[in-house]
Order: sequence, then structure tokens, then C-alpha cells
Amino acid sequence: MAADVHRKKGWEVPNGSLAPGDGQHVERSESPTPGLAQGTEPGAGQEGAMFVHTRSYEDLTSPEDGAAAVRSPEERQGEPAEPTSMEQISKDFSELSTQLTGMALDVEEEIRQSKEGKLEPSPQTTRRDSVLSGKEEEDVTMDAWRMHRKHVFVLSEAGKPVYSRYGSEEALSSTMGVMMALVSFLEAEKNAIRSIHADGYKVVFVRRSPLVLVAVARTRQSEQEIAHELLYIYYQILSLLTWTQLNHIFQQKQNYDLRRLLAGSERITDNLLDLMAHDPSFLMGAVRCLPLAASVRDAVSTSLQQAKAKSLVFSILLSGNQLVSLVRKKDQFLHPIDLHLLFNLISSSSSFREGEAWTPICLPKFNSSGFFHAHISYLEQEMDLCLLLVSTDREDFFTVSDCKRRFQERLRRRGVHHALQEALRTPFYSVAQVGIPDLRHFIYKSKSSGLFTSPEIEAPYVHEEEKERLLGLYQYLHSRAHNSSRPLKNIYFTGPRENLLAWVTSAFELYICYSPLGTKAGAISAVNKLMKWIRKEEDRLFILTPQTY
Amino acid sequence: MAQEAMPGTFLEGIRPTYIYKVVLLGSTSVGKSSLAYRYVKNDFKESLPTVGCSFFTQTLNLEVATVKFEIWDTAGQEKYHSVCHLYYRGAHAALLVYDIANKETLNRAKLWLRDLEKEFLPDEIVIALVGNKMDLAAEREVATEEGEEFARTKGLLFMETSAKSNHQVNDIFMAIAQELLQRERQKASAPSLHGRSTVDLGESRARTGCC
Ligand SMILES: Nc1nc2c(ncn2[C@@H]2O[C@H](COP(=O)(O)OP(=O)(O)OP(=O)(O)O)[C@@H](O)[C@H]2O)c(=O)[nH]1
Ligand SMILES: [Mg+2]
Repeated sequence: MAADVHRKKGWEVPNGSLAPGDGQHVERSESPTPGLAQGTEPGAGQEGAMFVHTRSYEDLTSPEDGAAAVRSPEERQGEPAEPTSMEQISKDFSELSTQLTGMALDVEEEIRQSKEGKLEPSPQTTRRDSVLSGKEEEDVTMDAWRMHRKHVFVLSEAGKPVYSRYGSEEALSSTMGVMMALVSFLEAEKNAIRSIHADGYKVVFVRRSPLVLVAVARTRQSEQEIAHELLYIYYQILSLLTWTQLNHIFQQKQNYDLRRLLAGSERITDNLLDLMAHDPSFLMGAVRCLPLAASVRDAVSTSLQQAKAKSLVFSILLSGNQLVSLVRKKDQFLHPIDLHLLFNLISSSSSFREGEAWTPICLPKFNSSGFFHAHISYLEQEMDLCLLLVSTDREDFFTVSDCKRRFQERLRRRGVHHALQEALRTPFYSVAQVGIPDLRHFIYKSKSSGLFTSPEIEAPYVHEEEKERLLGLYQYLHSRAHNSSRPLKNIYFTGPRENLLAWVTSAFELYICYSPLGTKAGAISAVNKLMKWIRKEEDRLFILTPQTY
Repeated sequence: MAQEAMPGTFLEGIRPTYIYKVVLLGSTSVGKSSLAYRYVKNDFKESLPTVGCSFFTQTLNLEVATVKFEIWDTAGQEKYHSVCHLYYRGAHAALLVYDIANKETLNRAKLWLRDLEKEFLPDEIVIALVGNKMDLAAEREVATEEGEEFARTKGLLFMETSAKSNHQVNDIFMAIAQELLQRERQKASAPSLHGRSTVDLGESRARTGCC
């Protein structure tokens, strides 16, 4: 078993300690995009970042796993942050809107092409739980199986099945065989192509020795985005085993059956795949905050900060899949991916509801070679507030447990308990609050803070399929905006059921969805108004003053 | 913080407080968490597999002493086995749980026993063999006598329980408390014997080496 984490390994450093320090605002864009400099956009932290800087999914899919995404601090300095001005935003957008017109046709056409044939509603996902009910076997020859929108397989390099999203790996071993043949063919040919398009399907391969991950998707996602999801699955496996242990196992025995070690974790992987299909956090590579009055959040953060212990690296309070507060050790940055994995772990297990959990956990983006120990517990029985205290010392249970007690005591003394409870009653806000009639939904991400905000998805996106369809549209726009060969900064998309607009700058990303009856001019003025609203609400929607121990 | 027991307190009639670390071990899904939940909350609900381990406390006010159990409910899943020794280190009692409707889990419990025997001297730890899910009579794979016999040869406490129907759950924990107190009494009356002295108990409670 790998040792506890004390110091980060040299090869992981680029992800961790090179992230911007406190009080440093960063402009990372090479492009002369006009507008807000990073660090001054709405939602940007006033006292530095909470997370490792990432370039959303490029960070995942780049060959060195994002190491290249982080520049040295020297490079960052000397790029002064420009002052924010709403007039500037509006001006930039109006100027750029000509670009939108030119883009529109092109994009529409593409969307229409990729939409050939309406999407069938996805059949009910079979949730399985190998422990409670025994794995529900799905007949591989069944139509239902073929109907699934995205199959995901994990196998070892020796071709042994490790995970299959639908149906048992056993029944799929022949499929796995075919995949292995494909993988080795691609390798042998030294072929750069890591995906195959056929018959409305995309087959995407990601190889992360000693594992091979494969997706067979009928979604409209780009290969890059599918690969990004596969990498999440890979990191999820690492979070249970560590990279070191995983490699050690396969070095000892090439055809090891990893399912034994992962038994019972399929549920966590299933949950992650479902989350990725519903929650834009993963697409945005960012974290959503629980809307909370700044004074309350500050009181919570201070209480958390004061309940510290020597071995603590991160103290995280979350509700559902939203962040309430995060306090970190000075100079240690959490990666949004690691936080997403923690969110997923918590949402896929009810066992944290009782008692106090103390569990080894690897945060693969922070350090994939060792385990932290996490103290996980809910603050109160009927309250959706989960506290995660991440410690470097596995022997430190009682100290860390005492931190929880001290935190709760401080919360009580500060009298914010009630306000927190109130905030938890409405964990999402309605888009109606913005006051733009045609606006249906939006996603706004502040790049420097790694945080995003988004209202509740409301009518007409009531049914699950409708919600997924909306996310699918965002995915599509996102993939176009981040296309590595031809990235687009502004995309205007008109569809039969809604119009969408995407605006990506070096400081933020904004995706809005509005009524199909709205005009483009209307959309642009909506963007303007929305940005003002976000600025006005930013201290409620974001964490502007992250704290350190 | 609870007072520590001083040597001789038993004999002098002051009601001492003892803190005991109790660990639940066994294959995944045998019902360890359900037993802990039944014992601590007197309730039963469908639970999901434990991640790492869960910590509970339960205080027993007995006539002769107050016993505070610190219960470590470990995860039975294979991937956590390598960290399990962390959780049972320094334990005063262990419940080896198996599922009476699954023979294989008894074999696994026997392996756990071997691990414990490597770590502890016989008088250092109270071990109970617990056959859970007694309510599943129709699916029984392990005869009561089989568990009983094995426990007898190894000198373990033994009970069949059901977390679901609340059968003998309190009883097994009570039996463990009584056995631990019995051992305290023996130690108090024969302090020269090695075995855990109360001083040692104090040390094992030191929060630095908790698990
Ligand atoms: N019929 C019956 N079912 C039980 C009993 N105790 C637990 N179960 C069920 O068995 C399953 C597993 O119970 P858990 O308590 O989670 O098992 P565990 O030993 O803690 O499992 P791990 O945490 O994975 O090690 C659940 O579905 C419980 O509802 C019992 O006494 N009778
Ligand atoms: Mg359990």
C-alpha cells in the first residue's frame, strides 16, 4: 500500500504548487481577446484562486495531462489585470456580434447534420448494485442494450474486462476481445486516430497504461469530450487505488483481474457517468457554489478555517453537488477534477449519513501516488450539509474528528446556523430572478476562480430527456468553442426549440439558452443584462474570498 | 473526557468509566453496518457498502461501571483490506461477522481471526463470532452448531443475530462488555499478571495512536 501523502512528488508539481499564489491575478490568454482580463471577471476570487488553474478539458486530454497548461509564476506576472467595465463588455460583444452572423449558418448546418434522425429517448438506465441486489444482468443481444446512448468499458492492457456500464463484463468478453484487437491495431499502425466513427456511433479509445478505456457513444459530444469523460473514469479508479498501486499490481501480474479489487465500486463509476450526463460541472471543469449570502459564507469559512489541525490539507463543506466553502492549506491547491470525484463519492454512497467515516482516498490530480485520509460526515441528520476534512495523517482520526466538533461549535456561536438552513431550502435559484423574459437558462464560468453558476433547469426542460438534451446542446457548443483545430469564441445557434449563444473569452465562458422566438439582437442585449446581474449577485453566487489555514 | 480507571477502583466501589475500542470485521454485505446501526440507533434501514470505515460511539451505564464503546465499522470490500489493520490496531474487542446464508463469509471470518491472532495475544482482545441475518432461516447455509463449534474451539464468544429483526444485537455487545469488565476485574485482583493493566488501557486511549 502506498504511503500517506506528505509532500507532492516532483512529477506532480506542475499541477499543484505552480498555480497562482494568493493575491495574484492572472491573464493567461495569448489571444488579444478584448474584454475582461482574467481575474477581474464576475466571480473571480478577490484573494486568489482556490483551485489549480486548468484549461477545462484540454487540461485532461493534453498528452502530459495538463502539465503544459500551467505556466510558471514568472510568466504570469507583468500581465496587469485590466479594470472591469460593463460598458467594455457590452462594446466587445456588439463588435464581435458580426462574427456571430458569419458563424451561424456554419454551425447550424453542422448541428443539423449531426442530428440526423431524432434522438430516441434513452431507455431507463439500469442501476445496479452488486451488493444489494446482485448485478442485474442485461442481455447483450437485447435491443435495449444497443439503445443505450453511451457504453463505457474499461479493460486492462491484457484485455481483461474491468468495468462495463451496462450488462456484465462476463457477457461482454467477446466485445472486449474485439476492442482489444482494435486497440492493438491502432497502436501497431502508430495511428494517431483514437476514435472511429461508424453508423451514427463514435468509438473513442483512451489508453492510460495499464488500462484502456473505451466509449461507444451516440451522443453529439466531440471525441475530445468523450475522451474527457473517459479520463474522469480513469481518475475515479485511481482515487480508489492510487496510480502507484494500480501499476504495481499489473507489473506483478499482467493479466490480473482488477474486478476483484474494484468489487462494489461499480456503483461509484455508474454514478459518475450519470452525473456527467446531467451535471454541467464536469463539462465546464468547474465547481458550482451553493447560493449563499456573503456574510453567511464568510462566517462558515472562518469557522472552518479556525477548526484546523496540523494534518489537514483541505476542509470542504458541500451540499448536494454544490460547494458551500473550501479552506485549504496555504500553497496547496485542489484540482476541480479531484473535487468532482469527491462529490461523486459522496453522492454515490449513503453510508456517510451515519457516524463518521474515515477513509483512504487518493486525489489523483493532486498526487496520484498516495492516499489521504478523509473524514466524511453530515453535520446533521436532516440537513444536506456534508463536511469533508482531508488529512495527510491516517492516524489522526480523533484530532480531525475534533475539528468537526469545533467547527460546529463555532457555527453555532456565530449564529449562522439558521441562515445556512434557510439557504439549503432553496439550493437553486430561478432564472426568472434575472428578469429577462426570453432567457431560459444559462451557464457562466469564471475562469480564474474555477467556479461557475447556473440557475435551476426549468420548463420546458422538465423531463429527464429534455434536460439531457439541453446539456447536450451546451456540450455541442462547448466542443465547438474549444475545438483544438478551430476554436470559436462566439457561437450563435438557432434551433427549432431554442436558440443558444456561447461566448468564450480568456476570462469567462458564457452559454445562454433562450426562447426560439427571441432575436439575435435580443440575445445580445440579454447577455449584457445577464452579465450585469451576475456581477451584482457575484458575492452570493461565488466564493470571492477563499480562505487558507 | 472520561475519567480513566485507576487500579483498584472496582474493589473500592467507585463506578469507573472504561473506554473500549470495538471493531467490526467481515466480508462485504454480511451486515456489519446494519448491526452497528441497530445497536447505536435501534433502527434498521437499507444501507450501502461502507467506504473505508465508519465510527460510532455508544455509552453503557452498567451497575458496576460506565462503558463507552468506540465502534469502528470497517468496510468489507476487498480494496479496503490492506488498510483494515489500521482500524483494528489497539482494539479491545472484535466482532467477526458472517452471514448465515452465505457459507463463504464464515470462511472469510476465519481468515480475519487468523489476522487478529497474529496481531494480538489471546488475553489482549475479546473476540466474538457473530452469525448475522438469522431471519433468513430459509436460506441458511451455515448451521448454528457449526458456528458454535468453531467459536468454542477458538475460545470466542458466539451469537447468531439479526440486525433486521433486532435479534440478540444488544446481547452480543452486552456480552462483550461483560467479558471486558470481567477481565478488568481479573487484572485488578492479579495485577502482577501481564495482560493489559489499567495503565496500559490509559495508554491505548492516547489519541495519537487511535486506529
Ligand atoms: N435479512 C437481513 N438482511 C440484513 C441483515 N443485516 C443486514 N442486512 C442487509 O444486508 C445488506 C448489507 O448490509 P450492510 O450492513 O451494509 O453490510 P456490511 O457488512 O456493512 O457491508 P460492507 O460495508 O460492504 O462491509 C443490506 O442490504 C442490509 O439491509 C439482517 O439481519 N437480515
Ligand atoms: Mg458496512
